[in-house]
Amino acid sequence: MEQFLKTLIGDTLLNHVIIAALPLVFILLYALVAIYVEMKMAAHMQDRLAYMRTGWHGVLQPIADMLKLLQKEDTIPAAADRIFFILAPYIVFVGSYAAFAALPFGSSFIGSNLNIGIFYIVAISSLVVVGIMMAGWSSNNKWSLFGALRAAAQIISYEIPSAFAILGVVMIAGTMNLQELSAAQTGGIQHWMIFGGTLSLMKKLIVIPVMLVLFVVYYVSSMAEVNRTPFDIPEAESELVQGYMTEYSGMKFAIFYLAEYANLFAVSAIATVLFFGGWASPFASAMTGPLWSTFWFVAKGMLLVCVNIWLRWTLPRLRVDQLMYVSWKVLTPFAFACVLALGLILVW
Amino acid sequence: MSEAIIAPPISSTGRSLRTEEMIINMGPQHPSTHGVLRLELIVDGEIVVDVVPHIGYLHRCFEKHCEHMTNYQQVIPYVDRMDYVCSMNNEFAYVVAAERLLKIQVPERVEYIRVIMAELQRIASHLIAVGTYGIDIGAFTPFLYCFRDREMILDLFEMTCGARLLYNYMWIGGLSHDIPVEFVPKAKEFCGYFRKQLRDFNDLLTYNEIFVKRTANVGLLPADVAVNFACSGPMLRGSGVNWDLRRDDPYSVYHKFDWDIAVGKGEVGPVGSCWDRHIVRMAEMEQSIRIVEQALEQIPEGDVQSAIPKRIRPNPGEVYARTESPRGELGFYIVSDGTGTPYRIKARSPGFVNLSVINEISRGSMIADLVAIIGSIDIVLGEVDR
Amino acid sequence: MTPQEISEKLAAKFSGVSDIGLEAKLDAPVDPTIKVSPNHILEVAKFLRDDDDMQFDFLSCLSGVDLKGKLAVVYQLFSMVKRHKITIRVEVPTENPSVPSVESIWRTANWHEREAYDLFGITFAGHPDLRRILLPYDWEGHPLRKDYQVPEFYNGMKVPY
Repeated sequence: MEQFLKTLIGDTLLNHVIIAALPLVFILLYALVAIYVEMKMAAHMQDRLAYMRTGWHGVLQPIADMLKLLQKEDTIPAAADRIFFILAPYIVFVGSYAAFAALPFGSSFIGSNLNIGIFYIVAISSLVVVGIMMAGWSSNNKWSLFGALRAAAQIISYEIPSAFAILGVVMIAGTMNLQELSAAQTGGIQHWMIFGGTLSLMKKLIVIPVMLVLFVVYYVSSMAEVNRTPFDIPEAESELVQGYMTEYSGMKFAIFYLAEYANLFAVSAIATVLFFGGWASPFASAMTGPLWSTFWFVAKGMLLVCVNIWLRWTLPRLRVDQLMYVSWKVLTPFAFACVLALGLILVW
Repeated sequence: MSEAIIAPPISSTGRSLRTEEMIINMGPQHPSTHGVLRLELIVDGEIVVDVVPHIGYLHRCFEKHCEHMTNYQQVIPYVDRMDYVCSMNNEFAYVVAAERLLKIQVPERVEYIRVIMAELQRIASHLIAVGTYGIDIGAFTPFLYCFRDREMILDLFEMTCGARLLYNYMWIGGLSHDIPVEFVPKAKEFCGYFRKQLRDFNDLLTYNEIFVKRTANVGLLPADVAVNFACSGPMLRGSGVNWDLRRDDPYSVYHKFDWDIAVGKGEVGPVGSCWDRHIVRMAEMEQSIRIVEQALEQIPEGDVQSAIPKRIRPNPGEVYARTESPRGELGFYIVSDGTGTPYRIKARSPGFVNLSVINEISRGSMIADLVAIIGSIDIVLGEVDR
Repeated sequence: MTPQEISEKLAAKFSGVSDIGLEAKLDAPVDPTIKVSPNHILEVAKFLRDDDDMQFDFLSCLSGVDLKGKLAVVYQLFSMVKRHKITIRVEVPTENPSVPSVESIWRTANWHEREAYDLFGITFAGHPDLRRILLPYDWEGHPLRKDYQVPEFYNGMKVPY
């Protein structure tokens, strides 16, 4: 992609801008689709129809919602810390948008082909916590403060098991470059990391259960990191009103919303790359090529997003202490044991 | 404002780390206070140190209004609006009290229809209670299933009296309308359908691991405290007290049916937890179905308006009659001075009494638990504030 | 126990107290009532709850009534163990009405007494937290009294609508 652009317009600044803007366009389009899918899925699970009036089966509703949010009055509480209050949603969004730079969207498109891609994503997405803390603190609302503190505790706690799960995959693949990680999983479904990658058959059989556990650990912690039910305690509508977003309205609220959906895709995409072959086609050499690879990447990511939506509308919410219990006493030991086992298998 | 809340002494956790308590207002506009309840929380981090409830935001002077009616019959629409989630049960309680004061015997058919309506309304009310309880715990989907089923009950009511929420259906001495012909088969159909739904609902919410974790062991209400606070309904039965006014202080024709009283047994933790109160509601719906089915079978023929008096002028005297509403003991204390106007009517609303125990059972729990506790008390602010 | 027996037992127990003012109205239309002097309601209540034959553990309702000239407090008592019921009643003059609080015996009385204080202006001596409950804390007057006049304004807002 980069090469193609260089031949087209030369090595100019515009080139970089286009590369950077593509994920942004993707996020915006994806958010519209995801909101629609979420609402429709939830509605059909709940025996109702959801949007039906705007366009065919309400497909234009997300756009109408966006226009509504744009027109809304952008209120800032009198007692709020103005600078931080205005800055917070953007920092949260930057945190999740920056993660898209290292996501391999296809065999020939990646924002930045970093050698430490996955490491960079784990690091940069921590920026979200800073933004949430700023939002909660600067709102000068006690409920917001509760939400922010809960979010900080939760996201930081759950980064540990998720990092362990990532570590396990990196150990097998021997690379932190997500493009290389995806490329290593081409050649059919049997090469996906969840099935042991390119290890020998003997080792694969031992590794598969470990990888399954690691995937569950990663998926659960990623759900917690993006604050979705059953881990949505920072927002916890019935407890904290709307958590750190309570005082936000209009466009700023929309940006929080957008960041949440972007984050949701980011973690699903990482799970795709780590466990389900990234952009690699499941059918060996069939349906490969740059466009197909992008299709596979987005489709797999969306599938995991849908699983997340499904869980969200089924499960109740955990309590703060139970949430911490799950992280520190269940997921972290399991992830640690899995990494240890993987190390032994690989050395053997 | 003459409210004097003295903050308890600042507690300290650890020697060097001193934490201060924070006062935080929960309500009147808060998603999980089920209306306009305001709780003043004194919290230490996430731990609730003290709860000061402030009620009265929905006070509509029910008792004062009653004293200005020219007729006992005119009170009924006001009674409807007290607990708008279970209007039929409110009417039932009021007409039982008024008939006891007037010494009226109502025809058998009227009693049967009243029981059917009251039990259907109990199901509808419990459906709202458990549905919104799901929302309080964070599960949104069960709520919509509940509303879908409640809609069918409201359709039955609409078929009978034209109204879906505030019926003015039970009159002193009779009913405003007889049930239509198609009511009985429709109601039977509903009973069969709803049994199955209840099982699904238990699978989805009641025995969900997270739900059990969130509600068992939370808001423990020991039986003796519950009695001392005069808690009633699922609140009392959840604490393991086998007490139901339909059996223990009989009124109407409840003694003719075969049904059980659901009692919290502490299946998943200590007795008297939020989960026990929830399961009592679930089991009660099943029992209500049983009562409705039997009543539909046995319902006698007759006229539903023959006993309605032309002029209601009770002898001077006073009566306290109590019935089992979905929320508990709903009593009406009526004082008559011999004229057509009620001299004094006091409604002993179960929500009001049940809510007064909140401070006792929520001290030391977390904010999230407090939400679970409020939901398990199942208050309707319309009857708390009257 | 029947109301008759309850009343006799009460009379026997408190026969030594001169101003107990026991007055049973058992043939009253519908609810049998026993009237007690307000000075001794606390002792009577304690006896009713703790005596082995009485065991009135459930204070179902506590209401104030304005009798034009007098104010009454009516206690509806039930026993869950013995399954019997009785209505106790105290009457106080409208000027400075004060009744001992039974909150220490049945804690449910807490909110009921606050309500009676709010709507009738009956003070309950010994109540731990006697504040208005249904009306705003700065409301004037006690609306359920028969001679209550609706105020013209409340905090600058016109009251009669």
